[in-house]
Amino acid sequence: MLAKLTVTIVLILTGLVANAQVKLLTLNELDARVAKGNDTTYVINFWATWCVPCVEELPYFEKLNAAKFEKPVKVILMSLDFKSKLTQDVIPFVTQHQIKSEVFVVDEPDQQKLIDRVDKKWSGALPATLIINTAQSRRSFYERTFNYEELKAVLNHR
Amino acid sequence: MRKLILTFLSALVVMVTNAQTGYQVGDLATDFTLKNVDGKNVSLANYKNAKGYIVVFTCNTCPVSKAYETRVEALNQMYATKGYPVVAINTNDPVASPGDTYEKMQERVKEKGFTFAYLLDPDHIYTKKYGAQRTPHVFVLQKTNKGNEVVYIGAIDNDQQELNAQRDNYVQNAVNQLLIGQKPAVSSTKAIGCTIKWKKEASK
Repeated sequence: MLAKLTVTIVLILTGLVANAQVKLLTLNELDARVAKGNDTTYVINFWATWCVPCVEELPYFEKLNAAKFEKPVKVILMSLDFKSKLTQDVIPFVTQHQIKSEVFVVDEPDQQKLIDRVDKKWSGALPATLIINTAQSRRSFYERTFNYEELKAVLNHR
Repeated sequence: MRKLILTFLSALVVMVTNAQTGYQVGDLATDFTLKNVDGKNVSLANYKNAKGYIVVFTCNTCPVSKAYETRVEALNQMYATKGYPVVAINTNDPVASPGDTYEKMQERVKEKGFTFAYLLDPDHIYTKKYGAQRTPHVFVLQKTNKGNEVVYIGAIDNDQQELNAQRDNYVQNAVNQLLIGQKPAVSSTKAIGCTIKWKKEASK
């Protein structure tokens, strides 16, 4: 009985830890990561758990991340929730919605610099999406919401 | 004739641009009469000793607005007596965002002891006219002979999470410069904020 309980507890804990892969990430770290991707196209979505239109479009990014394309496509979800809300809001959200794409919380102290560095055209409104392919020297920025068809369309168009 | 058409067209372009983006720095901002949490109507013109205004488009529910609400109160404490009172306007429709009803606004003000005016904007008339795009979104106005000139648009500071003691206090800097007779050196900034919860159009 006790053994069974212990196994259950361990399983639950493992599950929690496995789901809780959300780390802080600076833009330098994001750049370094994306630069290593060669022919991978990165679809980087800026969102927050408190942003309703962001949460509504997340399923389309999840679908895109799971889909198979000729060349690899990878979704990275960059949350602009406060760093202090990582364990309180972001990790429970990711667990509850069973998010499979990689999720990070943006680790930048100065919002002004962050916004301009992502794209000079960005007003700061969420959601916003950045598509980067190093091999193709592609960097496209979109301050808008997407559905799945629209995402596929901008992925092919450039 | 061609010149006339051109003039007409460029006027149209200007109108369309304005409709999309609201005020720019240098524009004259309209006054309003909106209901405060104490039940009284408030207009900018009511502030007889004002040299200008810190108009903050905000709401009850947005985490960024909540993170800033004590800093908004601090701005009012710092600058109301110097002639730059804070006038806050709730951008959100109470049906689209149930945490933003008039009663909830009153509760928040009572609970936190806010001293600034916190106004309703039914149908988002002034939110749209000013061009607030998110919450919080600040418009600093300066009283001039021509009217209330927009002299700063943007964020309160560049440190939403209050983690950096060396933060740039954009609104404070702007008002401090106005108080010594200068124009703000930084007149527009960007920020991450919540989208405005617009009233749902009645289905036709």
